[in-house]
Amino acid sequence: MSVIIVKEKYASKVGEVVLGATSDQGGTRTSTVTVGGDSTLPYLHFEGKMPNRPAIAMEVNDIPPTWSEALTKHYGDVFNSPAAWAKKCVEFGADLIYLKLDGADPEGLNRSPEDCARVLKEVLGAVGVPIIVEGCGDIAKDNEVMAAVAEAGAGENLLLGVAEQDNYKSLAAAAMVHKHTVIARTPLDINICKQLNILINEMGLPLNKIVIDPTVAGLGFGIEYVYSIMERARLGALGNDKMLAMPIVCNVGFEANRSKEANMSNADAPQWGDLDERNIMWEAVSASTCLQVGAAILLMRNPIAVSLTKKNIDELMSV
Amino acid sequence: MIIFGERINGMYTDIGDALRAKDPKPLQYWATKQEEGGAHYLDLNSGPAIPKEERAEAYEWMVKVVQEVSELPLVLDSTNYDAIEAGLKLCKRPAIINSVDAEPDKMERVFTMAMEHNAGVVGLCMNKKGIPLDHDLRVAFAMEIVATADAYGLPMEDLYIDPLILPVNVAQDHALQVLETLRLVKTLSNPAPRTVLGLTNVSQKSPANITNLLNRTFLAMAVSAGLDAAIMNANDDELVDIAASTEILLGHKIYADSYLKVFRAR
Repeated sequence: MSVIIVKEKYASKVGEVVLGATSDQGGTRTSTVTVGGDSTLPYLHFEGKMPNRPAIAMEVNDIPPTWSEALTKHYGDVFNSPAAWAKKCVEFGADLIYLKLDGADPEGLNRSPEDCARVLKEVLGAVGVPIIVEGCGDIAKDNEVMAAVAEAGAGENLLLGVAEQDNYKSLAAAAMVHKHTVIARTPLDINICKQLNILINEMGLPLNKIVIDPTVAGLGFGIEYVYSIMERARLGALGNDKMLAMPIVCNVGFEANRSKEANMSNADAPQWGDLDERNIMWEAVSASTCLQVGAAILLMRNPIAVSLTKKNIDELMSV
Repeated sequence: MIIFGERINGMYTDIGDALRAKDPKPLQYWATKQEEGGAHYLDLNSGPAIPKEERAEAYEWMVKVVQEVSELPLVLDSTNYDAIEAGLKLCKRPAIINSVDAEPDKMERVFTMAMEHNAGVVGLCMNKKGIPLDHDLRVAFAMEIVATADAYGLPMEDLYIDPLILPVNVAQDHALQVLETLRLVKTLSNPAPRTVLGLTNVSQKSPANITNLLNRTFLAMAVSAGLDAAIMNANDDELVDIAASTEILLGHKIYADSYLKVFRAR
């Protein structure tokens, strides 16, 4: 007796978003990255299409990071030069660079918006892949910094982060004026996620210029809940909810690496196995969980975890 | 919730006069206004304003002038299938034929036409003997239409079963039967067809101060029983708000504070 495969039919699909711009398109990138466009639940290739591979962006900071030695050992002597760091990430296989401007933090180095814009220019000059840029997390400062960054990268179709419910207007305006895309971040709340997309869209930024960051968690810190939120967004997108149909970005590198499991030394946690391996696996497994539920862009740190994740994507995409 | 704007109907004086005088303005005014109100489709019905032999030409004209101002897909509402077919040929987007009952000869004509023009169909729960009171018979007619549509290959999302609501002031017993019909139509076939009502009929000839209330109340009740679409007043803002709110409360759409705006966005 033959088995009949039951196929679900969906009314719509995840929107496609293009990141970066080549010289023909007003930028200087040597390639662009297209994400989204999925017309099925993740990787059910028999039901619908997954036209674009999930992309991996590797994190670069404008100042030397306070990362664990388990991470920094892979990089060598690049942390004083964001440009060199970015190049290294491209060698590791990054599809995009995720430039985090922690140096702007008023509680830290308090770098000026002009300094931040200069760092972006250096990174743009050093690599050809599209760039994601995020401020330091201080709302007032980020509004100044991101305005300068958006202007300095005009035409590059940067992915700018982050727009939040209480602070989205200046970033969305900067993106509209200088032709960029924005990350809309909400705190693990599907209703606010949808509302923020509506608010940004109402300002005049088209839906294909928004990427959703639902806020993720690392393995062991509520990743199941992340999964359920992302699943609802995906089902919404497939059910023709245009306000939830944007591709999703997941900051797994940051989340996985702030867990104690990814950091505690072998001496302090002998029962957990070798730290180097733990650090890799914590990030790789967090990434693969997000992929399973439809992440389109993964922000990552550990190059070995990146290479494992790319292998995972190869397998998921092969039909 | 899918809203068919009901206002372009020759039963209304301004539209009747416009049809006779071939004046596109009132039709175009209501096309735009209903689209702004929240309509997803525009129902076009010449009513008795135009003599039978001129109906085909009238539907061609209605389709043409409405499409000049609105991108919305159309619902061609007539018992005259020659008129509907003439209109269908000019529709830019897949239209809906409104309507057919459970009579085999009519179904043959309508479903053939629907398949040829990639159109949807409204199927009425009645036959030549009229509208039954009991939900049992209404459901039986619905299932005949569902089976026929399926035999012609019409996808169930393009079939709209209309259980037929009558005015509550003269036919109070029908509302409950309609609700029961909606429930059963949604459970008896898989995939289930869509459902639709000529909502305003429920308040026909009731005093003006309660017509909106009746329409709004019955819409909420009917959606809860399984209604997917309504031929209704797309410019009663509260009625449209209720349509949007039912989607949220039944979990068909994900809540966001601005859901009313999103519902109206095109």
